[in-house]
Amino acid sequence: MIDYAPLIVLLPLAAAVLIFFFGRFLPLRGAFVGILAIFIALLNSLGLLVHCWQNPGFTKELSLTWYQFSTLKTELGFMIDGLSSLMLVIVTLVSFLVQIYSLGYMHEDPRFKRYYSYLSLFTFSMLFLVVSNNFLQIFMGWELVGLSSYLLIGFWFEKDSAASAGRKAFITNKVGDIGFFLGIMCTFFYFKTLNFNEVQMALGGNIISPKICGIIALLLFCGAIGKSAQVPLHIWLPDAMEGPTPVSALIHAATMVAAGVYMVARIYFMFHYGAFSLEVVAWFGMATAFLAATMALVTNDIKRVLAFSTVSQLGYMILAMGVGGRTAGMYHLTTHAFFKALLFLGAGSVIHAVHTNDIQKMGGLSKKMIWTFWSFTFAWVAISGVWPFAGFFSKDAILEEALLSGHTFIFWGALFVAFLTAFYMTRLYILVFLKSPREAHLYAHAQESPTTMVLPLIVLAVLSLISGYLFKDSIHHLVPSLGTISEEAPLVHGPHWFVPAISSLFALSGMALSFLFYFMKVFSAEKVATTFPWIYRILVNKYGFDEFYIQCIVKPADALAGKLAQFDTLFFDQRGVDGIGRFADWLSMAQDWMDRNIIDKLVDLWGTLALKLSLLVKQFQTGLVQNYIFILVLGFGLLVFWQLQLNLNDLLNLF
Amino acid sequence: MSTLSLITFMPVLGALLILLLSKEKVYLHRFIALLFSGISFITSIALFCSFDRATPGMQFVEKISWIPAMGVQYHVGVDGLSYPLVLLTTLLSLLSIIASFNITNRVKEYFFWFLLLETGMLGVFVSLDFFLFYIFWEVMLVPMYFLIGIWGGPQKEYAAIKFFLYTLFGSVFLLIAILALYFRSEPHTFDILQLTAQNSQFIGKFQYVVFLLSFIGFAIKVPVFPFHTWLPLAHVEAPTAVSVILAGVLLKLGTYGMMRISFPLFPQAALWFAVPLLILAFINIIYGAFVAMAQKDMKKMVAYSSINHMGYALLGMASFTLTGFNGAVLQMINHGIITGSLFLLVGVIYDRTHTRDIHAFGGLGARLPIYTGIMTVAVMASLGLPGLAGFVSEFLCFLGSFTSASQRVVFSSIPAFKFFTALSVIGILITAAFFLRMVQKVFLGKFNEKWAELKDMNFRELIAVIPLTALTLWIGVAPGWLIRMMDSTMSSLIHLITGVK
Repeated sequence: MIDYAPLIVLLPLAAAVLIFFFGRFLPLRGAFVGILAIFIALLNSLGLLVHCWQNPGFTKELSLTWYQFSTLKTELGFMIDGLSSLMLVIVTLVSFLVQIYSLGYMHEDPRFKRYYSYLSLFTFSMLFLVVSNNFLQIFMGWELVGLSSYLLIGFWFEKDSAASAGRKAFITNKVGDIGFFLGIMCTFFYFKTLNFNEVQMALGGNIISPKICGIIALLLFCGAIGKSAQVPLHIWLPDAMEGPTPVSALIHAATMVAAGVYMVARIYFMFHYGAFSLEVVAWFGMATAFLAATMALVTNDIKRVLAFSTVSQLGYMILAMGVGGRTAGMYHLTTHAFFKALLFLGAGSVIHAVHTNDIQKMGGLSKKMIWTFWSFTFAWVAISGVWPFAGFFSKDAILEEALLSGHTFIFWGALFVAFLTAFYMTRLYILVFLKSPREAHLYAHAQESPTTMVLPLIVLAVLSLISGYLFKDSIHHLVPSLGTISEEAPLVHGPHWFVPAISSLFALSGMALSFLFYFMKVFSAEKVATTFPWIYRILVNKYGFDEFYIQCIVKPADALAGKLAQFDTLFFDQRGVDGIGRFADWLSMAQDWMDRNIIDKLVDLWGTLALKLSLLVKQFQTGLVQNYIFILVLGFGLLVFWQLQLNLNDLLNLF
Repeated sequence: MSTLSLITFMPVLGALLILLLSKEKVYLHRFIALLFSGISFITSIALFCSFDRATPGMQFVEKISWIPAMGVQYHVGVDGLSYPLVLLTTLLSLLSIIASFNITNRVKEYFFWFLLLETGMLGVFVSLDFFLFYIFWEVMLVPMYFLIGIWGGPQKEYAAIKFFLYTLFGSVFLLIAILALYFRSEPHTFDILQLTAQNSQFIGKFQYVVFLLSFIGFAIKVPVFPFHTWLPLAHVEAPTAVSVILAGVLLKLGTYGMMRISFPLFPQAALWFAVPLLILAFINIIYGAFVAMAQKDMKKMVAYSSINHMGYALLGMASFTLTGFNGAVLQMINHGIITGSLFLLVGVIYDRTHTRDIHAFGGLGARLPIYTGIMTVAVMASLGLPGLAGFVSEFLCFLGSFTSASQRVVFSSIPAFKFFTALSVIGILITAAFFLRMVQKVFLGKFNEKWAELKDMNFRELIAVIPLTALTLWIGVAPGWLIRMMDSTMSSLIHLITGVK
């Protein structure tokens, strides 16, 4: 079975290529191939998971050299352990269900074939990331899921908003990836290897100080901030809802956005060694969980509410990692993958029926869409954290971890976020399914979705119920914790029922309050909004992150680019380089002038002199024989004079 | 005639043949150009079978005395540095000739000059004698001058003369350096290998001065900031195929010259110059990327991105590590392939619409799926997406630079190489920003009905581009064969340079 493990990754890739080029000749326009490939991958992954389940601590690394030379060896690896096999199952399972679901959802889309190809490409990239045994490969998978995400968010690229959202997602992720990339280079610099196990082993030898290790870990964490939509790089995820809803369920809820959490879990030994980095991680998670939950309170787009909820839950997982709960974080990642995928697919089913995203226009759909309604109910209860649904257990594990590690503030903060989550999810639930319909014609045309869409909902609903139980104990074997982070004894000792009781209390009160607001209308949400207009404005403006980036980064960068371009052509090239050319031109003209007016004049001067001289000499040319004879005699005399070497004195002496 | 000479002189033979034909026989001109550059290409590929990748030294050497009085020889050969570049040159020339089949104006002259240019470029890569090297170096300029000046865009004369004068200006420095080396060496020689072997003769101020002279000569070709301003103009005004050659091959002559001549002949000066070179690389990367971001003309954007991408190669070179050197040579090849295909693709749309303004289009993705797909691959490769060629070389250049052994610091304690490498990584982000913006403006969004009649790529265009796209993917997935080709030569070069410390 393990020998066939690489097939898990390769099959979706083959499917992607096959569908892209030959989709029109294949059954179901290629969808069949995609589903078949992912189904085999799913079975294989389940096999691996069961194997790791039965053999706690099982680790196996398959790897081949990608390219190498004396100073660098890169590999493509397949790491099998509890962590990766759990993630493999999540990815292949959700991907499988989403592909089934999409048969109905995307049925009428003219680019159906391309859609399935992209989905398979995504699944391949994600699996490639999950199984990696080294930093380079995880980075490559990281970028490739970014590409698939870009392609799928902008799938309906005729819409400007979709095209922009895709680009925004890609660029925002790239910002985080810069840190990630630097972290990888630092890792290689200090450890001379990029292999996870080798780095972990080297850390055991204390070759670097915890401080440096923590800094490297935080650089790597930058990647997770981008990919897992942590504050302040969370801005791309709500916009990413422009993509088809099944895509949102798969990529932007269950799997890709969890990659950051997975990465932290995978290289947890680095965070653990440089322990101060965990503190930072915890606070990033806390801030994200809180801010996103508050933004979800005032959102009316069904998918965006779920997006903010995803951001908030991802914050929860990151927070768990930060307080030392590697196990708890992965636990929540697992349960969240199921109930959040269900929420999105349910939302997709609703959107499919009423053709709007605005929850203010929905209502009363419980009567029209029985299956969607009941499965959504399961997901709603699960995310709110009500016993015995999945979310209850995993959230509880996180809270306990926070309390035990002595993060009292974070514990209460997380509890408050749980309260908020229960509140806004109940709001969503009531506005969509309960009460009476608010837009009669939308309601009139609404009907239950086709079987291909309903079946995945049912499967996920079951998982939302049982996955908490299912992994309650086994998760500790699959994803062992690396030991507590703080040396001190836990600050708060409570009875073992304390955390479950208080978390249930917060969850139920959140739900109850929401019912009072939106169902019984005991309180009015509008009134609260008008009483605290500034809070409402801040929330609606999403704390101004987008505006801030546009004003403080995008615009200045564009302005700088414009200025530099101007400088380059106008100043540097036309003044500078062409200036030298013009100077040479001027110089040549100056020389030309000099040539004509000085050098040549000098030449002419000789001519003139000769002319003048000739005029002088001409005087002697009289044509009179007497004159000539006179000169002849004179000359002869002088010659004689010279020939006899006489001088004037001699001449005088003669007399 | 040896194989290398065959590869080098085949094109010029074709050029002479074309001269003998009448002007009207356009098809024959095209055929001869295709045939002779094709022979050159196939022969250079065939060389791969007997090329020994484990040998660091020169292979397929041919040495004939030429002007004995001055010790000038006809001396050619290739090693792991020049052979990949020879392959790149023959490939890009062949594809450019195919892409040029739509030229209808003065076809005979066009292909004559093109083939002459190919010989010039190949000659530079294979020459091992300075005299020969310089002749080929100058021979390239003339065809390029006419190719830009006659078949170019609206500002062709200006661009051609600027290109010619600027590069000639660089050649002067090179010539002085060559003469200085000739007279300094004992016995006087133009032989590059012999000069390299005797590089210990060049000591003191002499080596720094001559290093800088040769560096300037080559820096203009790369181009290294601040000698870059001829590039955007020449690239934009040149006809498509000539832009491909300019970006794909000519720029590499600069980096090739540094690695073949400046570094091994003056190792001490080269190491001394590492940090300045690092800073120049950093400027190339960031400045090139920023200026590219402001461009509205697609071709100009690609041209400025070349400055940015050559910066990565310079970064790898400045590191003086094996990782960086391998990365730099790989980056030269990859840039040739990727930017070559980008120029070809921009040419495709320009031929149809006579505009390259990114705001003039919109939504082309819906009507031109093949064109959009291939362009997206090229753009993704250019911005360094894993799985495509650009990523491998950029990663190696960055990693090499980051792990450089240099002890130099900036701001009193920060290691210079780490500092500037970290800042240079931002270049990747800016590259992604402007390329994706271009993709969005041109291919995504609402379809601009003005281009309702637009047709997707035709057969000739596909034949010219597909090999480059395939190579981009191939090198991106399996770069090992190419790295092995250069690795042993680079190891010995690194050893030669850093061994003297």
